[in-house]
Amino acid sequence: MTTLAVVQAGLGSPSSTQLLATRLAEATERFVPGLQVRTTHLRDVARDIADNLVTGFPSARLREVVESVVSADALIAVTPTFNASYNGLFKSFVDVLEPESLAGKPVLIGATGGTERHSLVLDHALRPLFAYLRAIVVPTGVYAASSDWGAEGLPGRVDRAAGELADLLVGRAPTQPATAGFVPFDQLLAGR
Amino acid sequence: MQFGVFTVGDVTPDPTTGRTPTEAERIKAMVAIALKAEEVGLDVFATGEHHNPPFVPSSPTTMLGYIAARTERLILSTATTLITTNDPVKIAEDYAMLQHLADGRVDLIMGRGNTGPVYPWFGKDIRDGIDLAIENYALLHKLWREDVVDWEGKHRTPLQSFTSTPRPLDDVPPFVWHGSIRSPQIAEQAAYYGDGFFANHIFWPKEHFQRLIGFYRERYEHYGHGAAHQAIVGLGGQVFMRRNSQDAVREFRPYFDNAPVYGHGPSLEEFTEQTPLTVGSPQEVIDKTLTFREHFGDYQRQLFLMDHAGLPLKTVLEQLDFLGEIVPTLRREFAVGRPADVPDAPTHASLLKAGVR
Repeated sequence: MTTLAVVQAGLGSPSSTQLLATRLAEATERFVPGLQVRTTHLRDVARDIADNLVTGFPSARLREVVESVVSADALIAVTPTFNASYNGLFKSFVDVLEPESLAGKPVLIGATGGTERHSLVLDHALRPLFAYLRAIVVPTGVYAASSDWGAEGLPGRVDRAAGELADLLVGRAPTQPATAGFVPFDQLLAGR
Repeated sequence: MQFGVFTVGDVTPDPTTGRTPTEAERIKAMVAIALKAEEVGLDVFATGEHHNPPFVPSSPTTMLGYIAARTERLILSTATTLITTNDPVKIAEDYAMLQHLADGRVDLIMGRGNTGPVYPWFGKDIRDGIDLAIENYALLHKLWREDVVDWEGKHRTPLQSFTSTPRPLDDVPPFVWHGSIRSPQIAEQAAYYGDGFFANHIFWPKEHFQRLIGFYRERYEHYGHGAAHQAIVGLGGQVFMRRNSQDAVREFRPYFDNAPVYGHGPSLEEFTEQTPLTVGSPQEVIDKTLTFREHFGDYQRQLFLMDHAGLPLKTVLEQLDFLGEIVPTLRREFAVGRPADVPDAPTHASLLKAGVR
């Protein structure tokens, strides 16, 4: 059975980070039927993570979460943007993982923020972090600003990212045809 | 089975009074604890080795030599000797000397040390930690067993025609345990030599050490030193006792909450549930300690950490009285059902008798 771990570091409930994580997971499931998804809201283990930083070992509850993440076939990791980066809860979780434990794992990165101006957090914070961990990060990351929830474009980016993760999961080359999105010229001209 | 205490030698303020002992007070307190250990019928006193504040025991053989002169039966050990940053030649010399002065009442637990800057301070690189532990111990092992040594390695000056003096007492090197919190290579090293393996077993859940000790036992058998259940295992532990469980919890809580290693993290209740720490009545400590055998198999040495987190000497000595009170029960209970072919921890006398070099 193919498994997908979803980790999101939103602090509110409900949260837009949760919302984005859910959409990314559901889109991936559409591409990979039968996918087994396990979602962790890191807020639920926030104290366990802090305790682990202090004591050096995870509580039973956190150990279960960590095992579900490191043993999954792929990971979707979504964080809110705080002060131009992933939030502390997200990084603290990454910090209690054993070295090497994400090496080679396909990862889809996502982030949320108040405005579009933070969208590069994906590429200046999350992507280098997972590169250091030697995870395989899919080319498309998905950033959702508050305004994206009332605009066009987000579903397309979600689908593209999920498709890329699915391709890695099932071990196939990217399937999108070179002519995808092609609009015949007469249609472009129509109505002019 | 051997019972004893091990100490880190930290100088920590007492969180209930804010008072910090002087280095002199702490050093004398460690000695008082060792003497008390013998007085209440314990078998082993082991001191840590550190080269940075707030720790005082940088010179273990000086302290152990002094304790040797004031005790009769107590086995003097270390927890741990830094096999990485010490010169193995100096370890060979220092502990052979101690062995003579203490009439053989000496063994060592080797450890790598986890304080980053100690490595460069002693001219080493922490990234070589495992390699230093392997190479340095190989040399130490040879120095205690061969009168004249020619040797070349990566981490120290070569030796030609070197003899480490004094030779080990009766030509029997001190027994060595290897301690590790997370490295299977060290369990493998202990198994290879047929040495003991010591699991600190204080700060981490038992499952973690079950894997390491299981691996050590398996490899001990692989290398032909005996069956897996005959491998030489030591465990740490941490207890605080009062007649009444509630009194123990009330008194220990501020020390727990502010302890340098795990303070300001999980609650006392969570930590006692997740780790070997027991805070309660003597009977509760007996019950919990006896479960160690179920998790790790019959073992040879149980050391307790009693004097950290700023506990005052008076309290620690009271704790040792409690230990003295429960150890006869522990000895009796651990003996029940213990297979006859499970060996005791090696001592100078047993090694001499067995003709082991």
